[in-house]
Amino acid sequence: MKARGRVFKYGDNVDTDVIIPARYLNVIDPEELGRHCFEDLDSAFVRSVRPGDVVVAGKNFGCGSSREHAPSAILAAGVGCVIAASFGRIFYRNAINVGLPILECPAAAAEAESGHEMDVDFDSGTVRNISTGRSHRAQPLPEFIRDIAAAGGLVNYLNRNLAGQKIKTRPSRIRSGRGKPGTASGGKEDRS
Amino acid sequence: MNMTLTQKILAAHAGLDSVRPGELIQARVDLVLANDITAPLAIREFGRIATDKVFDRKRIALVCDHFAPNKDIPSAELCRTVREFARSQGIENFFEGGECGIEHVLLPEKGLVVPGDLVIGADSHTCTYGALAAFATGMGSTDVAAGMATGRCWFRVPASQRFVLTGRPGKFVVGKDVILHLIGQIGVDGAAYRSMEFCGSGLKHLSMTDRFTMANMAIEAGAKNGIFPFDEETARYVEGRSQRKARIFEADEDAPYERTMAVDLAELRPVVALPHLPANARFADEVRDVRIDQAVIGSCTNGRLEDMRQAASILKGNKVARGVRLIIIPATPDVYRRSLEEGLIEVFLDAGAVISPPTCGPCLGGHMGVLAKGERAVSTTNRNFVGRMGHPESEVYLSNPAVAAASAVAGKITDPAEIESRTESRRPARRERDGSTKERRR
Repeated sequence: MKARGRVFKYGDNVDTDVIIPARYLNVIDPEELGRHCFEDLDSAFVRSVRPGDVVVAGKNFGCGSSREHAPSAILAAGVGCVIAASFGRIFYRNAINVGLPILECPAAAAEAESGHEMDVDFDSGTVRNISTGRSHRAQPLPEFIRDIAAAGGLVNYLNRNLAGQKIKTRPSRIRSGRGKPGTASGGKEDRS
Repeated sequence: MNMTLTQKILAAHAGLDSVRPGELIQARVDLVLANDITAPLAIREFGRIATDKVFDRKRIALVCDHFAPNKDIPSAELCRTVREFARSQGIENFFEGGECGIEHVLLPEKGLVVPGDLVIGADSHTCTYGALAAFATGMGSTDVAAGMATGRCWFRVPASQRFVLTGRPGKFVVGKDVILHLIGQIGVDGAAYRSMEFCGSGLKHLSMTDRFTMANMAIEAGAKNGIFPFDEETARYVEGRSQRKARIFEADEDAPYERTMAVDLAELRPVVALPHLPANARFADEVRDVRIDQAVIGSCTNGRLEDMRQAASILKGNKVARGVRLIIIPATPDVYRRSLEEGLIEVFLDAGAVISPPTCGPCLGGHMGVLAKGERAVSTTNRNFVGRMGHPESEVYLSNPAVAAASAVAGKITDPAEIESRTESRRPARRERDGSTKERRR
């Protein structure tokens, strides 16, 4: 999977209240949420973003509220990928669950400026800033999480496992280092 | 293997002897929670999962507290979605109307969380239940949908940071000041992906209200959870509230902590967090001439009975300053009723406050006190992000209930000691009901 687009650069601690203000949380329609994405941070964003563009930010992107509306709004606005120095943990899970591609890459985040062109290869984790000519390697997602992302989100992943009754088995340790990226086998294993 | 309190609870729920930080586990959950904003999304995702029934209709709580009583037509539709799902699934713990309160105050009050539990909730302040020596963490709607379907959830085992509290806090220093001070020290991502574990001899001076407030705001330091050890105070709170039995876990003496930080509670003074981050902590007496338009006392952070008592101790015999709106929100019907019985509501009305029914309301800029452009509020809530309480050019200062009440009286951010001395000089013989904050210090 790849993304290529222009950079929209923001700072540290971009919270979910500015990603999608609570005054719009009385609906769950992603298209409607997308129309107000980043409204309180950058009122021009929705007018200027084009499909595939890349949001780049500093540390702790998506901190605050658990609203899954936030990654849904970013996705619906047409953003191809979010690259940040780090993510708030609930946002991180939510992004994977709704299918918004994210990568943790402090070096790429520090270098990028609004208007740069960026090329992102999720399989290799390579973030190439076309404007500066430099490439950076992102933190790879843990294998289990990559499996969820590759399945297209948690519900698809779950349904495949439910079909095999894996989820209904006993609680367990999730082994990494099993299964391949892009498959939904999950590497799940009962300990006993 | 030596484990922290958080790791012990996670290991037990994953059916493992031990877990280590960074490890991914699949664990059983005791309670799954969602509210009127997050449940409709979870219900939509639940509908896509290949199962018809929730894993256990007694272990799901749906609370319509954010935009309820319904603030507009779309909000009414959200609540209807939740209500219909609760009915069709036979969910026992569905709360709305006169039974409803702010989820993180209501569920412990109803005994739906007990020590040793593992709780996930589609609300970031789910971490509040850590006050009960439970592991509780916020998630999004899809994770919660999966939890409702399977009774399971995956976790990355967090490393832990330890906060050793000593000393006895001063009169107007409560849990809110401790946690704002800590967030000020470590930053809004200072505990990112970590567990914040509170311990030390100072805990005996922290009531359950203080602990709920502190665990509640662990998320504001980026933490996965905040957690307190089980002690007599916990036991007293839990007693008689639940059918389910508490499971008591303790951290091993040589449990690994990524960082240990000591705080002498006696050295703290009331703290205010300036816009637009909870980490912008200052002592209230250092914040001068910040005029306010509104004060809010309530929320999952500070809407409990003890918070109401603290506010009343300052407001008694005083009036809200001209041009300031004071909005007081008892967090649950029980808090409301007891505030009424204790005469606190009368104190609030006499002072000129607006009393709101239990709701999250203005905390997230929903309703019941949204700010206009350029307006400034002092609030006992948990976030002061840009636009959190209304217009993107409004401002929120976070504080404890006594500071918010004192500020409402003075019309500007004020240390409660100032109002108290002013009030005392006016009516020296009438102190008997103002002692609530002192009484609770053992």
